[in-house]
Amino acid sequence: MNLDALAGRIGERVPDVLVARGEVTAVVEREQLLETLAWLRDQPDVALDFLSSVTATHWPDVDPAFWVDYELRSFPHKHRARVKLGLSEGDAHVPSVTPLFPTADWHERETFDFYGIVFDGHPDLTRILLPDDWEGYPLRKDESLGGVPTWFHGVTMPPVDERGMA
Amino acid sequence: MGEAPEMTTALDAAGLRDPATDELRQETMIINMGPQHPSTHGVLRLVLELDGETVIRCKPVIGYLHTGIEKNTEYRTWMQGVTYVTRADYLSPFFNELAYCLGVERLLGVEAPERATLIRILVCELNRITSHLVWLATSGLELGAVSVMLYGFREREVIMEIFEAITGLRMNHAYIRIGGVVMDLPDEGPRKIRSLLDLLPGRIDEYETLLHDNPIWRERNEGVGVLTTERALALGVTGPALRATGIGADLRKDIPYCAYESFDFEVPVRTEGDAYARYVVRLAEMRESLKIAGQALERIEETPGPVMIDDPKVGWPPRLSVGPDGIGNDPEYLRHIMEESMEALIHHFKMVTQGVEVPAGEVFSAVESPRGELGYLIVSDGGHRPYRVKIRDPSFVNLQALPALIEGYLVADTVASVASLDPVLGGVDR
Repeated sequence: MNLDALAGRIGERVPDVLVARGEVTAVVEREQLLETLAWLRDQPDVALDFLSSVTATHWPDVDPAFWVDYELRSFPHKHRARVKLGLSEGDAHVPSVTPLFPTADWHERETFDFYGIVFDGHPDLTRILLPDDWEGYPLRKDESLGGVPTWFHGVTMPPVDERGMA
Repeated sequence: MGEAPEMTTALDAAGLRDPATDELRQETMIINMGPQHPSTHGVLRLVLELDGETVIRCKPVIGYLHTGIEKNTEYRTWMQGVTYVTRADYLSPFFNELAYCLGVERLLGVEAPERATLIRILVCELNRITSHLVWLATSGLELGAVSVMLYGFREREVIMEIFEAITGLRMNHAYIRIGGVVMDLPDEGPRKIRSLLDLLPGRIDEYETLLHDNPIWRERNEGVGVLTTERALALGVTGPALRATGIGADLRKDIPYCAYESFDFEVPVRTEGDAYARYVVRLAEMRESLKIAGQALERIEETPGPVMIDDPKVGWPPRLSVGPDGIGNDPEYLRHIMEESMEALIHHFKMVTQGVEVPAGEVFSAVESPRGELGYLIVSDGGHRPYRVKIRDPSFVNLQALPALIEGYLVADTVASVASLDPVLGGVDR
């Protein structure tokens, strides 16, 4: 199936599908996430049966502030697609897809670790890469980067986002 | 039960008998393996619950090598990103560079020149061999085959010298750049690579002679850490570990990138799913990589042309030549920007201070690394720096399958199972 055919087929189920740079992206509502992923996985001609990656991006000051991103791959048909969903800043939780794709376990833990997005129904939603007592969610764009005190005559290295870079 | 009074006393003295019920205590023991343990490939920590010699539960604990590479890239220019991502999975630096650059190139809507693409394939396939050699060497060492360790690192050293000749560095090369590669192969490059391609098949035969029917090697690996196809797929396992369970999934064949569809090679598959099958698959993959490298080298010699895209807003470094100090800016180029063209000087200045400007958008760029699917989700907001770079590292995902490989087996098999999964913690923790 070529890209447009795949996008058309997914479009039968998800209204918001777009093709850009050779990639198919479907935008879903939170309530439809699990059903949609199960549908994409179980249709024999779509068969997006492998979850490559789950992550998020943070866009402060706009709504939705978070986009959660699911990268899917089909082994039988050798194509890929992406499912995205937006979350507001104060309501950053989404159903866990671990019942459909057990591999999502660590991906969701990492996304929680970095962005503080809560995956409802995850079996063990704890920090994974950062220490358990870490405070804050470092990959959020509004997270303070912090300056570095140095040993040279009272000099302090300003945070990396304040160093006047391009 | 009066026949063995000594035994009874010893059990009581050791506190192994519950005085209330007069039964032997059935307790499990929890031990920590790592993060500082020679057989954990870096800083992997495993919390193992043991019932005697049998592992009944295993929980991998990671993050000891987290260096914030993804966050760092958000505060560097697009080009500087290459130098960060190459340090993630340090045993396969070229693959990280390649996946990142292919993604950025797709956002920019440009393509590297053909010669650059062929050189990329060549260095990547040689890199796959070095990575598998390190795996062979370390797992050999962990299972007591010290000679294999010495042989593996000996051959890797030969390839590392070639990398040094091509890129100037042994690791973390930052050789593949947005729009091509930094510089062309050195004059002696093809000769060196050709002699390597002649040398290695015999050496791989040597490993096979040593290990294939070696009773100790087979005993330690056969039937150990068996992964079924269903479990592998559900847990997201890719690469040799998946191909050892009977699925010939390889991105170079399935969703080809660069020019892999025009190369002649096989994807080795086994069906047993145990540690031995993973060993056989990796060894066969090294031979296939040699085949690809040979074809790439032939085509490189037939394909003249630039190795960096001819676009002053993307190509960087613009032109290098070998000066008296070994390497440096091309004097012709310097004369051009300083004396001839104001526009060229402006481009040069903007490239040095700001780098590439990448249109807004997002791509997921995936390549087949020695450990499986290495994917980069790259998001741009239209600026001079990446908005988000997410590394889908195969070691990270494959490591999730470790409990499935270890639980129910003996403690001693843990070492063989971890080794056969070949995790690189630099990639796991990023």
